Amino acid sequence: MENAIKLHYDVAGGDFIEAGTASGNVKKVLSQIGIDPAAIRRAAIAMYEGEINMVIHANGGTADVEVTNAYIEIVLRDSGPGIKDINLAMQAGYSTASQAARDMGFGAGMGLPNMKSYTDEMDIASEVGVGTTVTMRIYFK
Amino acid sequence: MEQTYFHSVTLEKEKCMGCINCIKRCPTEAIRVRNGKARIIKERCIDCGECIRVCPYHAKKAVTEPFDKIFDYQYKVALPAPSLYGQFNQLEDINIVLNGLKQIGFDAVYEVARAAEIVTIATKDLIYQKKLAYPIISSACPAVVRLIRVRFPSLIKNLLPLLSPMDVAAKLAKKEAQEKTGLPLHKIGAFFITPCAAKVTVTKDPLGQERSYVDGAISMSDIYMKLVPAMNKLKVTENLVRSGLKGVGWANSGGEAYALGQDEYIAVDGIDNVIKVLEALEDEQLPNIKFVEAGACVGGCVGGPLAVENGFVAETKIKLLTKRLTSYEMEKEFPCIGLEDISFSKPIEYLPVMKLDNDIIEAMKKMDRLETIYESLPKIDCGSCGAPSCRALAEDVVRGFGKEMDCVHKLRERVFDLAKEMVDIQENISAFEKKEE
Repeated sequence: MENAIKLHYDVAGGDFIEAGTASGNVKKVLSQIGIDPAAIRRAAIAMYEGEINMVIHANGGTADVEVTNAYIEIVLRDSGPGIKDINLAMQAGYSTASQAARDMGFGAGMGLPNMKSYTDEMDIASEVGVGTTVTMRIYFK
Repeated sequence: MEQTYFHSVTLEKEKCMGCINCIKRCPTEAIRVRNGKARIIKERCIDCGECIRVCPYHAKKAVTEPFDKIFDYQYKVALPAPSLYGQFNQLEDINIVLNGLKQIGFDAVYEVARAAEIVTIATKDLIYQKKLAYPIISSACPAVVRLIRVRFPSLIKNLLPLLSPMDVAAKLAKKEAQEKTGLPLHKIGAFFITPCAAKVTVTKDPLGQERSYVDGAISMSDIYMKLVPAMNKLKVTENLVRSGLKGVGWANSGGEAYALGQDEYIAVDGIDNVIKVLEALEDEQLPNIKFVEAGACVGGCVGGPLAVENGFVAETKIKLLTKRLTSYEMEKEFPCIGLEDISFSKPIEYLPVMKLDNDIIEAMKKMDRLETIYESLPKIDCGSCGAPSCRALAEDVVRGFGKEMDCVHKLRERVFDLAKEMVDIQENISAFEKKEE
């Protein structure tokens, strides 16, 4: 696909206020391209959850977004602690969020399950001590 | 899709100095300064009135119906907004305002506050019937509905599908007037006394219905000068009040939610705050909220740009007034009108005014160019080019409405480069001439 928009964002760690800036920007770009509002909404929710995850668990990371006329792909990379058991992490309600994060209303254990339910494809590659890469795709109908 | 684009908010060109106050405040980036004058992009304007408030030269104004328009009708009904009651000093009885309106030329009055109570009852009914999507977003503020229509399409389904109290009041007032006088509909005029521009627009370019029953919206500040002397001269007051504290409370932010008796609600006011809450709703960050009351003006309708009294003072006056009212609702029963008569008869549709091109491939190419241009701009959002931000200028260039050299910083760089080039040439020529000698 030659025609693709590529966007790159740095997501700062430990900053709950800044989290959501990247997904907010992506939302604006997608609506300017004229993507279907329902797809924009799914992408924004999934990306926001992902951003929050990086803020809570991994001291930040990067977000790369590619938009073609057929799909949007969001790749979230971090050099955080990694996920020990991906299957367990995917279970609704399971969370390893810190007390501080829970006190702020995060850590309900719905992050990854939500991201999966709002996207058409999701892949998690993670290595303990190295980091995690989450790749999500949403296809336009 | 509607393509009429009537707007109450307009520019008086002679007064405009071409400053950048309005372009920076506009929530939909709908204003540009071109050739020293502001220009409103009609498709984007939501008539919130922010530019009216912020313009230091009073070049932005709201076009409203002149008072004398009421005399085009044989039978004239005034529809006072609840916020009107907050405009007077030491008002002890709402009857004084309503009788005053009859003194200045109206034959009857129908309180929008009463219609607000009816909207509340209907909302409860729809909740009971499980017909609404949560969180329910109030559709009473037309500027917010228009904002959602252009910027938050995924929230359209959450809008309360009921006509605003103003439109409900007009319908009921005309029905009553017809029954009382036997006149045909076109001889009865219903006029809203408005605190804002957005309500004027909605009478001409309706939301949720084909045609509004309101025949005109008269500015609160226009009618004030006529109304106050008439109120002072009243000898006898007829009992005309039909609304209780719930309806009157709608004037302030939080009034609609209070009337609904919903605890899990957000009452947000001021267009910037509204945008923040809608962004959060769109991203599903507020899972426990059931009802969202959103008003474009700070404080709610009392903060409207056409109100006379300071919005915060008016808010207090409304609170004091509601304390005097002994009943929640004066009339308990739902009027003789069907739920479908006060429901949207036409869906609210997404207006993708931010879209760069109708063709997605073309739009993507433009987006690519937009990003490249944006990267070359200083990113200080100074507004000197006439666009509200560097990104907006990049967007204008791509759309063909602006050029990169509109940026004064880029222009300065270019002039500097040219000057340097000229000096270089001059030096080359001098060196050449010396050699020739």
